[in-house]
Amino acid sequence: IVLVEGVRTPFLLSGTTYADLMPHDLARAALQGLLKRTGIPKDAVDYIIYGTVVQEVKTSNVAREAALGAGFSDKIPAHTVTMACISANQAMTSGVGLIAAGQCDAVVAGGVEFMSDVPIRHSRKMRKTMLSLNKAKTLGQRLSLIGSIRLAHLSPELPAVAEFSTAETMGHSADRLAAAFGVSRVEQDEFAVRSHTLAKKAQDEGLLQDVISFKVPGRDIVSKDNGIRPSSMEQMGKLKPAFVKPHGTVTAANSSFMTDGASAVLVMSEEKALAMGYKPKAYLRDFVYVSQDPKDQLLLGPTYATPKVLERAGLSMSDIDVFEFHEAFAGQIMANLKAMDSDWFAQTYMGRKSKVGTPAMEKFNLWGGSLSLGHPFGATGCRLATTVANRLKKEGGQYGLIAACAAGGQGHAMVIEAYPQ
Amino acid sequence: MAVTRAAGVFSKFSTGKYPLFKISAYTRKYYCNLSHSLIAVFSILARKHISFEYKDDVAVIRFNDPSSKVNKQSLQLHELADVLGDIWLYRSSKSVVLISGKPGCFLAGADSNMLQSCATSEEVTSLCEEAQKLFRRIEQSRVPIVAAIHGSCLSRGLELATACHYRIATKSKETVLGTPEVMLGLLPGAGGTQRLPKMVGVLGAFDMLLSGKNITADEAKKMGLVDQLVDPLGPGLKSPEERTMEYLEEVAVGVAYELANKKIPLTREKSFRLKLWDAVTGLGPVRKIIYSTVTKRVQKQTKNLYPAPFQIIECVKTGIEHGSDAGYLAEAQSFGKLVRTSESKALIGLHHGRLLCKKNRFGPPEKEVKKLAILGAGLMGAGIAQVSVDKGLTSILKDTTEDAISKGYEKVYKSFDTKVKKTAMTSFERDAFMSNLSIQTDYSGFESADMVIEAVFEDLNIKHQVLKEVEAVTPPHCIFATNTSALPVRDIAAASKRPEKVIGIHYFSPVDKMQLVEIVTTDKTSKDTLGAAVSMALKQGKIVVTDGPGFYTTRCMGCLLMESLRLLQEGVTATKSDFLATSFGFNVGPFTVIDEVGVDIGLHISEMLCKAFGSRYEGGSLEIFKTMLEKGLKGCKSGKGFFLYGKTKSVNPEVEEILKNHQVTAPSAISSEYDMQYRLLSRCINESLMCLQEGIIQSPLEGDIGAVFGYGFPPMHGGPFRFVDTFGAERLVSLMKRFEDVYGNQFTPCQLLLDHTKDPSKKFYQSSPSPLQY
Repeated sequence: IVLVEGVRTPFLLSGTTYADLMPHDLARAALQGLLKRTGIPKDAVDYIIYGTVVQEVKTSNVAREAALGAGFSDKIPAHTVTMACISANQAMTSGVGLIAAGQCDAVVAGGVEFMSDVPIRHSRKMRKTMLSLNKAKTLGQRLSLIGSIRLAHLSPELPAVAEFSTAETMGHSADRLAAAFGVSRVEQDEFAVRSHTLAKKAQDEGLLQDVISFKVPGRDIVSKDNGIRPSSMEQMGKLKPAFVKPHGTVTAANSSFMTDGASAVLVMSEEKALAMGYKPKAYLRDFVYVSQDPKDQLLLGPTYATPKVLERAGLSMSDIDVFEFHEAFAGQIMANLKAMDSDWFAQTYMGRKSKVGTPAMEKFNLWGGSLSLGHPFGATGCRLATTVANRLKKEGGQYGLIAACAAGGQGHAMVIEAYPQ
Repeated sequence: MAVTRAAGVFSKFSTGKYPLFKISAYTRKYYCNLSHSLIAVFSILARKHISFEYKDDVAVIRFNDPSSKVNKQSLQLHELADVLGDIWLYRSSKSVVLISGKPGCFLAGADSNMLQSCATSEEVTSLCEEAQKLFRRIEQSRVPIVAAIHGSCLSRGLELATACHYRIATKSKETVLGTPEVMLGLLPGAGGTQRLPKMVGVLGAFDMLLSGKNITADEAKKMGLVDQLVDPLGPGLKSPEERTMEYLEEVAVGVAYELANKKIPLTREKSFRLKLWDAVTGLGPVRKIIYSTVTKRVQKQTKNLYPAPFQIIECVKTGIEHGSDAGYLAEAQSFGKLVRTSESKALIGLHHGRLLCKKNRFGPPEKEVKKLAILGAGLMGAGIAQVSVDKGLTSILKDTTEDAISKGYEKVYKSFDTKVKKTAMTSFERDAFMSNLSIQTDYSGFESADMVIEAVFEDLNIKHQVLKEVEAVTPPHCIFATNTSALPVRDIAAASKRPEKVIGIHYFSPVDKMQLVEIVTTDKTSKDTLGAAVSMALKQGKIVVTDGPGFYTTRCMGCLLMESLRLLQEGVTATKSDFLATSFGFNVGPFTVIDEVGVDIGLHISEMLCKAFGSRYEGGSLEIFKTMLEKGLKGCKSGKGFFLYGKTKSVNPEVEEILKNHQVTAPSAISSEYDMQYRLLSRCINESLMCLQEGIIQSPLEGDIGAVFGYGFPPMHGGPFRFVDTFGAERLVSLMKRFEDVYGNQFTPCQLLLDHTKDPSKKFYQSSPSPLQY
């Protein structure tokens, strides 16, 4: 099974140029970009899968709405998956499953997230009153229901930022995780600066070829990510902690920011791709999903997933030429690196004989990461896969590894192999 | 126990917030002071209970008593004084952090054994003054001192922490702050009554001091008792506990550094609300009203039976009205006096007993109970399920009808949901706990149960039938526990194929509130079964007393009821009888108890006991109960029993009517209020001693714990056995002889009591708290 091509819209800070769109508009742009880039006939795709996290209630199956709007044949079924920050990974691997099962030959997978607008609801009490109002038969009943509305009913309900099972926000958990692994503020700030610097370099050198230009209706053409801001350590040091106050280490600058964006990849069986005359970019090899304690190990997914996927693929850390890890927080990445380097942790918590080892930094997230490029929750997975494929091509390695953590204490890793040139 | 939340209502106004302070890790300068190493060497010599080191120019002092699980303060304070003395003298550090080397405990309270061993009040007073002096020096120290708290920070630990300049606590569930001295009949003797009013306001201080309640870190932050909170950490490169302690220390050292460099001010801006309250309580007349209101509430709640709360009020008042010096003096002297009171001795005895009864003396069972099945989803069954599922025990709740199991489920769910609404539990935890509960009307799943607890109706035939049904479906190792409170367990076991696996576990109602569980064995019950039952009850968070064949608490309480009933016939009202008991220190009176338990159950048990013990056990006429039941007066469950439960509780006139047919003349010789009170008491105490004599209970200590936690024997008397020690066996016997002259064998003192009269030096409790053997 091969990855033929991957594209994404520019990732923008939420509330900027995309502010007036809807999620399916972004997904549509990514799909159209993919169509344009690959030139694949609009009816040659067998299935479309999208990942998303915060769902727009009007387009709950955003995959279908986007596909129709992007001009794909209405004969192509589409569904939407959700698995927090690894939703797009789940979309891709679902597609891989469909192909492996012989159900499909060509699948488009992608992800979208739109944080410029989120569903804010009436309070439960108000909703209840409003629903009863629908059923009320007489004017008297209606008036008494309206009369029962109190000021407290009017306070809105925002989408939860906290983990449902633990009521802890992710940033708070990341701060605790960093502290548990003794990651200092300086280490985190340095990593964040590294991410921004590398992203800027990649952008300037035109390495981010997966980004497509997008003409936003009523606005300008967008063709670049707008969250990349390399700054000095001194500036970074000035920020106050964002979650754990006053002694915390996670700040707005060393965390990934709220982002709007969409991505899409074309996944095919190798025969079909070749038959259609494509030159695939990479093989999608083994992948794993893992999960662990959502309280104290919320963001340790990569630590758990990496050794497992390497074992499945029969590879070791040194075989990997390209690493693309999802950077939720600088502290989370550093903590994962330390955990992967600890025999004690591997033995005590993962039931393994020894540590898996840390990725070499000269192979690690060389074109920036979620900290700098942005992290539209549902879309990041496809960005990681496409970046690995592009980097393997550019840098000439054989194996790449992606790993990501996700809310709920889950994680994912996948081995990607360069397609012979 | 002495839960006297006198100022509770006011406390919510007295909380306030202090602003947060920023620490920048970047701006630290490091330098090393040569004298550090020298002093460290000197100070480390001969220190057993604390250790210390320098982290740059912050001295970190760790309490770590190698000989004990908790940090006992007496020895550590001496060493702390030495170390701090050195620091003050040589100015070897700019700030100090006090922290514990033990994860679960900052510093525990005073050693009650040591206090009891002091010969005179003066000795105790001077011990207090010593601690007060040290804490006042800490308070006035020019070198800022930070207390870093993880685990329990109670009594002296809290007094030390409040003397420091800054307090940092972990948000762990283990971290609790408080002044529980009042529950031991004491008061905080090292400045607690003086410092707390300044820190959390007069009302907040009264609330803490008089209730002795545990305060969580979050609450403490809101009250201004703690300045900064630190989250507990999960696993990292070290175990969560170890790393959390390290982290706490790192944060504390950071704060200490900033305090020394004046980045964090030593005096903290109080919130507007707290300032306002300070202004209001600064007015003399307002304070007077507060003192008198609090005193009145304490009088009402303690019925003047506990001296400590009044001493606390007095000490706080002295400190505020006459200055600190007078306050500290009053505090030390009051402490010295309180230690010598019988109330304090009784409460401390109970405290030790309770700790002993929280241990499994029978060793771990061969097979730990993991899956529980409960028969009967009524109040009892559901209560048992409630205290089990949240401890991780998989539990089946079985009853015969859908309606019954649905109600049982609802009761368990509601109990957790209430906690969720109070944010004491997350909705996720509630759901996870509820997933341990399965409700059903058949016996499916019983094939893998480790223990079955039956809570069906108290009728031997029904119990036999249930036992047979259960044994047909359960595995051979499964224990059958019967939650009877009066049916002889040996009679129930008679129908069993596996009598060694049958045991009685007597829960008290309401199960989630009552701390005690009484475990009853038969001569056939195996040791392992007993061990498994005790281990499970402890897991459910209970205090466990074990009985031989018979029900200790039921027998004692039964006596009290029989005698109360007679008082009723002699023309004493139910309210008055209840008052006789409560004015002695019982939490509730006998008729309130019957109404709560249910008149039908009261009758059932009384009949069984009278049948078993004959005329010796009789008292009032049980016909009264029978007539009440005929008229539908079942107690609280039917809305009326001896009392009517409307907006206020009042005597039920219907019962007065019934009593007209049962009147007897009161014997004038023994019907004074004092005599009536001791008629109630002496019977119940005599019955307790008889249980020890017959081997129903194994030790006076278990007898006292069972009496206090099981049927509410007044805690300030420490239980029937300690009461005999304090009151004097001879005095009690002479009272009983007078009663015996009128009523006969119901008041015949038992042999054990007579033995104690013959030899006045014979005591149930010798000098030290008694072991569990007698």
